[in-house]
Amino acid sequence: MTAPALPADSVGIVTPEKLAFHGPLSLDCGRILPRFDLMVETYGTLNAQASNAVLICHALSSDHHAAGYHSPSDRKPGWWDVMIGPGKPIDTRRFFVVCCNNIGGCKGSTGPASTDPESGERYGPDFPIVTVRDWVRAQALLADRLGIRRWAAVAGGSLGGMQALQWAMDYPERIAHAVVIAAAPRLSAQNIAFNEVARQAIRTDPEFHDGRYYQHGTVPRRGLMLARMLGHITYLSDESMGSKFGRELREGKLGYNFDTEFQVESYLRYQGQAFVDRFDANTYLLITKTLDYFDPAAEHGHDLAAACRQARARFLVVSFTSDWRFSPARSREIVQALVAADRPVTYGEITADQGHDSFLMPIPDYLRTLSAYFDRVHQEIAAHAR
Amino acid sequence: MRADLAIISDWIDTGSRVLDLGCGDGILLAHLQAERGVRGYGLEIDQEKILACIGKGVSVIHADLEAGLRDFADQSFDYVVMTQTLQAVQHTERLLEEMLRVGREGIVTFPNFGHWRCRLQLGGSGTMPVVKALPHAWYNTPNVHLFTIRDFEALCQRKHIEIRQRAMVDTAHRSSPQLRLFPNLLAELALYRLRQRP
Repeated sequence: MTAPALPADSVGIVTPEKLAFHGPLSLDCGRILPRFDLMVETYGTLNAQASNAVLICHALSSDHHAAGYHSPSDRKPGWWDVMIGPGKPIDTRRFFVVCCNNIGGCKGSTGPASTDPESGERYGPDFPIVTVRDWVRAQALLADRLGIRRWAAVAGGSLGGMQALQWAMDYPERIAHAVVIAAAPRLSAQNIAFNEVARQAIRTDPEFHDGRYYQHGTVPRRGLMLARMLGHITYLSDESMGSKFGRELREGKLGYNFDTEFQVESYLRYQGQAFVDRFDANTYLLITKTLDYFDPAAEHGHDLAAACRQARARFLVVSFTSDWRFSPARSREIVQALVAADRPVTYGEITADQGHDSFLMPIPDYLRTLSAYFDRVHQEIAAHAR
Repeated sequence: MRADLAIISDWIDTGSRVLDLGCGDGILLAHLQAERGVRGYGLEIDQEKILACIGKGVSVIHADLEAGLRDFADQSFDYVVMTQTLQAVQHTERLLEEMLRVGREGIVTFPNFGHWRCRLQLGGSGTMPVVKALPHAWYNTPNVHLFTIRDFEALCQRKHIEIRQRAMVDTAHRSSPQLRLFPNLLAELALYRLRQRP
């Protein structure tokens, strides 16, 4: 049987590469990673001036596989395939696109499931809590390794957008554009509360064994599944759930029992179960902490505008009307601070009913906004080359 | 470039900070950035116009002017500009206040409903005027508050708004001595530089 041809606007078959970094990495928590690996994918070609590189930052549950397919038989492409490819908004005929699995991740980069070189044991719960700043520091080392002095753009949605914001503040000379989508300048108490319920679901699973489940040969499936189900509710909107499932019953009638009766229950269970097979519970715990800790204004007297004054990049901030996890109001906080700091910023508020997940969806107005912006980024690169 | 935009451009100091309310396709800001080294933002609600701004390299912010300018601090801009939009907003008076709160100066332009053609149509044929500066019929016009130059200046007086400069242009977007003598009769478009008196 021949596999169906890949779409013409796909980057095609891609192969991730594991890059080893042997120097120690100092972390915000005070600890040091003696060495670390980053799993990396790249698409397109770096130009001679190394001026066309775009860094893509991933969110909570995604990884380095942002676009294309790992094999012709893959059912699904990378997580941001709608955005990256030939002729797509982040056009791989123009840009050299880089995406890495962050440290603490579970897709090949050094994380809780990796072996601690000092103890010879898996890190498990002893893996340091990493911050968005730590990730950005590691990504800067990756840029050095790839010969990229300055990114044409750093882009991401949700937690990925937070990394783009942090890049602009921590390495102002190394980023020309920051594309911050469906993000927030810090988590609200409600956001942290949801994360805490997710963590409790995992940590109270009897199979969790204080995070040393690798040694026990178990997986806290139930807890991780619950965490994902809860998270998934916050990624969707009431409208999108309503239009997708409504109150539809699987059997067409009430069964007066606790089986999976409504379609939405069945969907959430499926999402939760599928997640357990592809994600590590310790990584999930860790990254919810990374989210909770993110607060770039904190070191500037809780003045976000003061933090934004560090930046030299131009900004694109995008939000979605139905996103209640990081609502448009949260994006406007970022815009407001950038305006107060006199930094160039464009803000698009996209009408969409898919909730927080909108940033992954092929929504025409969203794609056109990104296309227009990246056209501009490309024109700047071309003008500089002349 | 539109004559009214050229006049505005002459009023704006080099290197200043400008907020353009209802910036459209960003033509004014693009011009001010290139020619006057201005740092500016446009506010716009229309998605197509936002894309046009992005294409010009203009910093554009999706915003609904009817919600006011609460995301912007007092006196945080040198100029807040609004071209031919004041007559199309619901809360005209509040937006004027907001402009002069956020900007050290406000620049507004509007179509003059006192122009003789408007008067002729309303007074003569007894129908709502449709003229070049006001091309819509009464039932599909985006304009909700039509006013004359005299009306506007009365409002400025009542609200202690100082008129720092004004310019009047006719159909061809030109000025003339007669026009300066009888602005409320002959001007199609009025342009004002305003400041809030303490």
